[in-house]
Amino acid sequence: MLKYVLKRIGYMIVTLFAVATITFFLMRSIPGDPLASMARTLPEQTKANFYAKYGLDQPLFTQYLMYMKGLVQLDLGESILYPGRSVSGEIARTSPISGSVGGTALIIGTLIGVCLGIVAALKKNRWPDYIVMFIAILGATIPVFVLASLMQYIFAVKLGVTPASGWGKPEHMILPVIVMSFSSIATYARYIKSSMLDTLNQDYVLTARAKGLSEKKVIFRHVLRNSLLPAVTIFSSSVVGVFTGAFVTERMFSIPGIGYYYITSINNHDYTMVMGTTVFYAVLFIVMQFVVDFVYMVIDPRIRVASDK
Amino acid sequence: MQSIPKEKLQIIGIEDNGVEATSRPRVGYFQDAWRRLRQNKIATLALFLLLVIVVMVIIGPKLSGYAFEEVDKTVINQGPSAKHWFGTDKLGRDIFARVWVSGRVSLTIGVLGAFISAVLGCIYGGVAAYFGGIVDTIMMRIVEIMISVPYLIVVIVLSLVFDSKGMFTLILAMTITGWCGMARMVRAQMLSLKNEEFILAAQALGVKPWKIIVRHMIPNTLSTVIVSITFDIPGYIFSEAFLSYIGLGIQPPNTSWGAMASAAQAQFTFYPYQLFFPAFMIALTMLCFTLLGDGLRDALDPKLRK
Repeated sequence: MLKYVLKRIGYMIVTLFAVATITFFLMRSIPGDPLASMARTLPEQTKANFYAKYGLDQPLFTQYLMYMKGLVQLDLGESILYPGRSVSGEIARTSPISGSVGGTALIIGTLIGVCLGIVAALKKNRWPDYIVMFIAILGATIPVFVLASLMQYIFAVKLGVTPASGWGKPEHMILPVIVMSFSSIATYARYIKSSMLDTLNQDYVLTARAKGLSEKKVIFRHVLRNSLLPAVTIFSSSVVGVFTGAFVTERMFSIPGIGYYYITSINNHDYTMVMGTTVFYAVLFIVMQFVVDFVYMVIDPRIRVASDK
Repeated sequence: MQSIPKEKLQIIGIEDNGVEATSRPRVGYFQDAWRRLRQNKIATLALFLLLVIVVMVIIGPKLSGYAFEEVDKTVINQGPSAKHWFGTDKLGRDIFARVWVSGRVSLTIGVLGAFISAVLGCIYGGVAAYFGGIVDTIMMRIVEIMISVPYLIVVIVLSLVFDSKGMFTLILAMTITGWCGMARMVRAQMLSLKNEEFILAAQALGVKPWKIIVRHMIPNTLSTVIVSITFDIPGYIFSEAFLSYIGLGIQPPNTSWGAMASAAQAQFTFYPYQLFFPAFMIALTMLCFTLLGDGLRDALDPKLRK
């Protein structure tokens, strides 16, 4: 098991290195001058000073070495658009906001999704199943910006019960959390349903019923526990879903989170910001996958045995 | 051992009286799948709706009598009426014509994107599975690195690099890592097929390797690939909508469902119908492809054959 963990950590470092390198060269190959977007006609000397400040006067490989050195020290450079603001500082400032909205949405969405999935599996081919599957398909097919507009229109404009957008008060979180949890609800409802139906056909469920356990005990002791296990594996992808969903939701609800700044930086051609945030997202996702796989291995004995072999 | 004379080895009792003849025409794999798909009412409805959408996308822009980029300052932001069936937008352009022109772009991106990444994925996955060993390990390690970055982030960065403003740079940005999932799936399918008993049986019967590939490996992989393409198309349509929404996709005067929704969203509270039509088309198309994919998966899965 230790060998497996070390191997995974090794792969993780290689992947991170590759991702950081590819991101660097991709960002440097973007057509146009990173400073041109400042839309100021600067004197030659000022321009030269700018280039020197961001290291853009150095050869590409030296720039790469400087960037990698900074990355190891968690220094992602300075924003081009807002001189004086460091990228890592911006990420540290904005990501807790995204985390609080996204995290709440993820927890609520997962809980509701799991419950709906259980109901759908137990009432298969009856009306609760059809309603849940309808919600699940809607969640997978309605684009997040449409859902967000709809929610704003119904709850903020027509009913006036929640603020349409903004940040700072607890009620500002209500609509974004509803919108962002929708995709998790859809994913988990579908997944848990099929996983439950698989488990219900297993021999040990038949055994449990044959020895006369009550239906409640069969479901909670045997079926549910075994059906929830595989759901852990899709957790990392739903984390990413929440984050990429946040690009749109944060912009629409004016939440000053990391997704909002990412999109703003893209539109403003603030390349150091984009590069730093991209690397941050990639690291987050890769570490998330590792943690999820590790947790899955710890809680599922079958995988543990297979990896020891 | 005594030798048996040749004349003793004759067929004496059985005549070829047509017992073994097939009384009905042979039902091929795809005929069988098609029959099963038609029995599935939801999938048939989805297929029908998709055909309607495709037809409308082709002839729709001509029906309303307005060009999609025609600006008319006298009729801005008008609701649906007999003159403009779906209303007009903030520049007085006919939304009915625009929805179907957008559909051309969105559907082309969806279908072409899914198809290109399917072809690339099949080749990559097939090569990895065929050679195995160290080649397989290296190829799959590369795919794992590419998959480990969130897909939309890759597309955003690539569309910045390509300076994507048109449909084809957008497709390029979306397919450049989009094939990874397909490659993994094809490889896994090929590897599991290799160990199947019917392949062993074919080998034992002395069937040539190329015939095993053509006759057994490819048809058995094809069904999963077709299903996967059907599920990928809505994904590409969604990615395009997302990119256009954040301003990295199709640029005016061209338009797509995502770009239309993005433009309409700014004045959504006053003119909700402007968002409704493109959003409805995105949702309907994605829904139809998802339901069709579900139906196809059931129809094409040979394991469900009774």
